[in-house]
Amino acid sequence: MTTAHLPPLASFWFFNSGSTFVPTVDSLFYFILWLSTFFFVLIVGLMLFFMVWYRHRPGHAPEHSPHHNNLLEATWTIIPVMLVFVIFGLGFSGFMELRTVPDNAFEVQVIAQKWNWSFQYPNGGIAPELHVPKGRPIKLVLQSKDVLHSIFVPAFRMKMDCVPGRYNTCWFEATEATGSDPGDGFELFCAEYCGTSHSTMVSRVVVYDNDADFQKFLEGVIDPRKENNPVIAGQTLYQNRGCVQCHSLDGAARTGPSFKGGWGKEQKMKTGGPVLMDENYIRESILNPMAKVHDGFNPVMPSYQGQLKDDEIYALIAFIKSINIEGFETQWPAIEGEEGAEAEEGAAEQNGAEQEPEAGEAGEKADANEASQGAEGAEPSKAPSSESPETTDDTPVESSGDGA
Amino acid sequence: MIAHTSKPLVSGETGRRVEIPEGPSYLTGGGLMSWAFTLDHKRIGVMYLCGILGFFLIGGLLAILIRLELWNPAADLLAFGQGADATARAEIAKNNFNQVFTLHGAIMVFLFIIPSIPAALGNFVVPIMVGAKDVAFPRLNLASFHLYFVGACFFIAALLTTGLDTGWTFYTPYSVTTTGPVVLATMGVFILGFSSIFTGLNFIVTINTMRPRGMTWFRMPLFLWSIYATSIIQVLATPVLAITLLLLMTERMLGIGIFDSARGGDPVLFQHFFWFYSHPAVYIMILPAMGVISEVIPTFSRKHIFGYRFIAYSSIAIALIGFLVWGHHMFTSGQSALATAIFSFLTFAVAIPSAIKVFNWLATMYKGSIHFNTPMCYAISFMALFTIGGLTGLPLGALATDIHLHDTYFVVAHFHYVMMGGTLISFLAALFYWWPKLFGRMYNERFGQLSAIIVFIGFNLTFFTQFILGVKGMPRRYASYEGSDAFPVTPELLETFTTLHRISTVGALILGAGLFIAAGTLIASLWYGRKAPANPWGAATLEWKCCSPPTQQNFEVNPIMGPPYVYDDIKYDPAIDGYYEVVPDRTTKPMQDPV
Repeated sequence: MTTAHLPPLASFWFFNSGSTFVPTVDSLFYFILWLSTFFFVLIVGLMLFFMVWYRHRPGHAPEHSPHHNNLLEATWTIIPVMLVFVIFGLGFSGFMELRTVPDNAFEVQVIAQKWNWSFQYPNGGIAPELHVPKGRPIKLVLQSKDVLHSIFVPAFRMKMDCVPGRYNTCWFEATEATGSDPGDGFELFCAEYCGTSHSTMVSRVVVYDNDADFQKFLEGVIDPRKENNPVIAGQTLYQNRGCVQCHSLDGAARTGPSFKGGWGKEQKMKTGGPVLMDENYIRESILNPMAKVHDGFNPVMPSYQGQLKDDEIYALIAFIKSINIEGFETQWPAIEGEEGAEAEEGAAEQNGAEQEPEAGEAGEKADANEASQGAEGAEPSKAPSSESPETTDDTPVESSGDGA
Repeated sequence: MIAHTSKPLVSGETGRRVEIPEGPSYLTGGGLMSWAFTLDHKRIGVMYLCGILGFFLIGGLLAILIRLELWNPAADLLAFGQGADATARAEIAKNNFNQVFTLHGAIMVFLFIIPSIPAALGNFVVPIMVGAKDVAFPRLNLASFHLYFVGACFFIAALLTTGLDTGWTFYTPYSVTTTGPVVLATMGVFILGFSSIFTGLNFIVTINTMRPRGMTWFRMPLFLWSIYATSIIQVLATPVLAITLLLLMTERMLGIGIFDSARGGDPVLFQHFFWFYSHPAVYIMILPAMGVISEVIPTFSRKHIFGYRFIAYSSIAIALIGFLVWGHHMFTSGQSALATAIFSFLTFAVAIPSAIKVFNWLATMYKGSIHFNTPMCYAISFMALFTIGGLTGLPLGALATDIHLHDTYFVVAHFHYVMMGGTLISFLAALFYWWPKLFGRMYNERFGQLSAIIVFIGFNLTFFTQFILGVKGMPRRYASYEGSDAFPVTPELLETFTTLHRISTVGALILGAGLFIAAGTLIASLWYGRKAPANPWGAATLEWKCCSPPTQQNFEVNPIMGPPYVYDDIKYDPAIDGYYEVVPDRTTKPMQDPV
């Protein structure tokens, strides 16, 4: 699918390709490669020739030759100088392309934390994979909840660090569609060392062939209730939202305590007395993990405040109960007022207005967006105003309009 | 003096042979305390040598562990059989892997490469090369070694308590939040930094003030130029590292918030501070290596070095421009595009002096008479590997390609080609070159040459595959490369990764075998080697004009200071399988100044 029109030798060096950066980056890479090959053959070839021709042997003596030659030395100074400046120029112009985000780019918020990726779409939906349409510039606004991470999609030749307290941006335009199953997507790696599970902090980029499929994905991503059974929805969240990295289902302790065992019993905490492991404790641990840290574990869990909606937390709790309580079943709680409770602040209005096209879950989304802004807004002191969530949220209105 | 010599200074046997009187070796006499508190630069050099070789062994074994873990895509081996099931084992293995690569990097950088040539061999060679009895400040020199010892103890403590998992770069905020012994390790680096500053300061003063009459700047051996340039960097850059690490410690212990965005700090600031030292530190590692090559190639080609001034100036140019390129480690960190472009430009500027040196070494071999003794085999190996290391710096300096290659195995391969293919190979060349002078014994040439060839093959197998891995997108510091349960890596990519990693692991084992042969060759020489002549290679620099091993005073009689790269007066004597110097018979043939 992706190897159709690649240059010769590409399969030896690059694995796959799928963005508009590929021609720029690859052509410069091959230019440097052939230039380097030429100089390597020249230097090592001459050296091998000298090694054979001037080897010490009976009857052979060193000959005196000039100890320096300004013309020769100037030549082999000036030619490399000119060549490296050509390389610099090509690299710089390609770099400007990589860093100049088109105005009409569709914006996705990228939240990196130990050790998973979350991609938040303008409508408030969050997916563990990056889903994008083909042929449309995508702007990524990167943030980190804890330590440095770096988003790296080899097929796009794109990489950018996620720095806590700062919004870095990068963009790309996919040129190759992948299957709509995440397993068919392009590899997405964390490239900046971030601790124990750095090597499993991976995800995929799903590229849709047409915008209609992408819109269908956008509609599906926002509602955990599309799955009738909360337990199954919770299991999906467990897999997708990073719980699986630290919490096992079989009672074995990993970075965090296992989800199995201990339900309904009192657990020893690092500080303070024992705490009953119930719905409230799980909810608090998801939203404010540092409040009560289980004895024997390090306080490393990031907060999911603003990243998980009530329904999602409900589903996760249901899932945890299901693996502790034999035959546990539950239904989604009845939906409360559509708008009501959540629309307290200005942000809700703003988001509500923006999401008119997919009206219906507006209340849910407003809640999620507002909460996430609240959580993020507290930290960044250096975020440039042009990249703050408020302004970024505006962009998708136009772009999603374009696409429809 | 450096210019053209059209004919030999001496024709035939018209000169007088210079006899070098033997004396008691600096190695003999005195007990343990006479070593631990010696002021003799040679003994300090030998103690440094033992220390760095010990740490090289530890760092190398850690490297083998890294390669073995990567034999299989899953993180498994480093669990050492602990853990109830596969996931628990993977968890243990991942943590162990992170600690192993951290200690491998930190030990190799701070305890091996930085002190390798300057502190160990430089300490031994520099004073003798300038014809002096000792360095300018012998007590400071001893203090430098003692600090190295103390700093190393901190590292051993970090190694034994385990848990240091920040990578050798100590990037914030990870290093502030992790539970490992970060303060212990950074304290060790802090102390080692002072050791490095003392050594650098000593060499600057020694080279400035203790050269003999007649040894002008441009009559110095090029090794001294490179050591001088290195020392400038050590003295100017290392304090910045010390301050950075102090800030890191206060951040960890007191939470001052300078690197914490929640308190108005900036985690990227740490990277600026860190690389302001650590990029020049790369030149602390490679410049002395270049100096060694500038000695070995002319000696074994029996030819005057070509373009002396260009090589000397390029050492200084590298030292100075090297201070201005630190930002090229941060092209993806979010620093401004303008800063990024400037750093890229300067990075290319610093590539030029290195290229000049390679061409000059090549031209030195032209019309020579090349002897393939072990040091020369390593020097030739260096030329090939350093060329690859230098050329693969180009796609990393170029911005568009660096974005893709940054933090992948391409970078790992690049710096191993420079640091290991460059500095380590050159260190081995230097060790084999000066070994007869250090210990007064000749080693077995055949085994030495064999080790050079095996190391060359093993090295390329290990690291060339990593260039390909990196371009295909294999990120650095990954304990496993199969992806996560939810997102496994594409089967074809996994197969490619596995194949390349396995070739690399096999290469590492071959490389290790080569290094053990080299070590065995040298150690065996101490018992079985024949006694070394004063000048086994026919070199013209002063350290070959005293007996092997030198006496405590270095020179029993004042040596004759001649041009460092003119070999006409140095004759081979089959009886001792070494060389002797001839003083031209001035009564019959007046000495010509070869201009």
